[in-house]
Amino acid sequence: MRLGFILREVGTGLARNASMVVSIILVTFISLTFVGTASLLQAQINEMRGYWFDRAQVAIYLCTDFSTLGGCDQQQATTDQIRGVEAQLESPSLQPYIETYYFEDRQMAYDNFREQFAGSQVVDLVSPEFLPETFWVSLVDPTQTDLIFEAMAGLAGVESVVDQRSYLDEIFALLNAGSITAVAVAALMLVAAALLISTTIRLSAFSRRRELGIMRLVGASNRFIQTPFILEGVVAALVGAVLASGAVWAIVHYFVRGYLVTELPTTVFISYDAAFATMPLLIGTGIALAAVASYASISRYLRV
Amino acid sequence: MILFDDVSKVYRGAAHPALTNVSLNIQPGEFVFLVGSSGSGKSSLLRLILKEERPSAGSIHVLGQDLRRIPARKVPLFRRSLGVVFQDFRLLPQKTVFDNVAFTLQVIGKSQGFIHEAVPDVLQTVGLAGKAQNFPHELSGGEQQRVAIARAAVNKPEILLADEPTGNLDPATSAGIMNVLSRINASGTTVLMATHDAGIVNQMQRRVVEISKGRIARDEHQGGYQTTSIPLGEADTAPTPIQAEESGATPIRKNVDLSVDPDEVPSQFPWELRA
Repeated sequence: MRLGFILREVGTGLARNASMVVSIILVTFISLTFVGTASLLQAQINEMRGYWFDRAQVAIYLCTDFSTLGGCDQQQATTDQIRGVEAQLESPSLQPYIETYYFEDRQMAYDNFREQFAGSQVVDLVSPEFLPETFWVSLVDPTQTDLIFEAMAGLAGVESVVDQRSYLDEIFALLNAGSITAVAVAALMLVAAALLISTTIRLSAFSRRRELGIMRLVGASNRFIQTPFILEGVVAALVGAVLASGAVWAIVHYFVRGYLVTELPTTVFISYDAAFATMPLLIGTGIALAAVASYASISRYLRV
Repeated sequence: MILFDDVSKVYRGAAHPALTNVSLNIQPGEFVFLVGSSGSGKSSLLRLILKEERPSAGSIHVLGQDLRRIPARKVPLFRRSLGVVFQDFRLLPQKTVFDNVAFTLQVIGKSQGFIHEAVPDVLQTVGLAGKAQNFPHELSGGEQQRVAIARAAVNKPEILLADEPTGNLDPATSAGIMNVLSRINASGTTVLMATHDAGIVNQMQRRVVEISKGRIARDEHQGGYQTTSIPLGEADTAPTPIQAEESGATPIRKNVDLSVDPDEVPSQFPWELRA
């Protein structure tokens, strides 16, 4: 009985303030979509970090006829120098830390290059002799790259040692900046949503001031008076949160899985799990925000 | 039942206190008129009983409870044993008579079964049994006030507060309202009624408490409306509607010409309306 009464009150309240309710829905929808996007970006960063953490290798670039860096003097590494690097990698001081390594000669490097930049004009400009011979090293613990750096520094025939993860850090920094921006926008929008909710609830209370006056007079409990208003805000925000959840799913479905995955086949991308994991966050945030905003608003209205 | 002990009330920013050292004791089952000119403090007194305001000094006991000791969250529970009626009825225009009365019970969580038993019962008491499905705008002023009384009485309150319930009504209709209030009083409810209606007070011959400038000027059992706060003038000699009826003459107010400018009070106008 009381539940039915409260729900009816919520219904009339929502219908009476339809335009305000629509604006609450839109604002929460957009702000929570930003929250969801930020969360997806973080998930993507974690996904990539996890993927590359295992696969990132250390590249030991050997000298070519054109290199002047490191221990090179515009002379390509000799067979002895190559053997020397290999001996270092096999040495008892390094060997326990290295999982695998392999040698990539010029032709293999060229083939890989052509494959990686297929369709780009740069392919025509490059010939095998420009590309360095490389030792690709996978470590047991990918963070212990210092060992390789120390062992290879100054070794004859070695041009440079590069940790692939340093490239990834740049990508991560970019994605992080994107996700921080999304969070900042979301925070501003959430403030706007909270203010909008509290204004709407006050308006709703004002349009029902006769009923409220009588309720207070005949001794309806405060909770009973407040509940319809709080629910009103929560229902509107919930609709916005559900729409935002749908938007997050759509981003994963159409943009990530439908577009990015086919465009960038070598990169790992988040799956639907990330979208589903975000939804409770969005709905929880929406409900909590609306409940707090409408409670604060209606209690202030009723205290007077 | 209602006990004021040396109560004063000063509103913030007001030059004069609304009530000064008011002591008052109302017994269960009494019917008390509260009279006095506008601004004398009648409404403040009613608001204090409802715990809508807190006294600046002194203590108030209602239904054996010290109002100062009722915590804010228990106030709704306390108010369920009080009924209130206003001059302007305060009905909900979009609800029928039945729903207006039922609303009171719904919001304090009564069952549907109880509501369907209690509401027709109380509508019978106030004489509106046939109008349950009408809307307030379809009713006369007197009928609307009966709805308001039904709403105040439906939960069988121990105390009924009425703030000028007949202020907007003509004498004949007012008499009907007083009839209803008397009936409710007879069933055991204590009634405290603030009013300007001298005819009613004089006719009912109940306890009269007169407030003047925030002080109790008179507390009389079976009193009349004679009051020191309205200056004596020729109007005092005019018969009240009740006296006029008793003397067989046509009640004066029935002769009021509606075409007269309402701001211009005719000299033979019933004096109680000027109060």
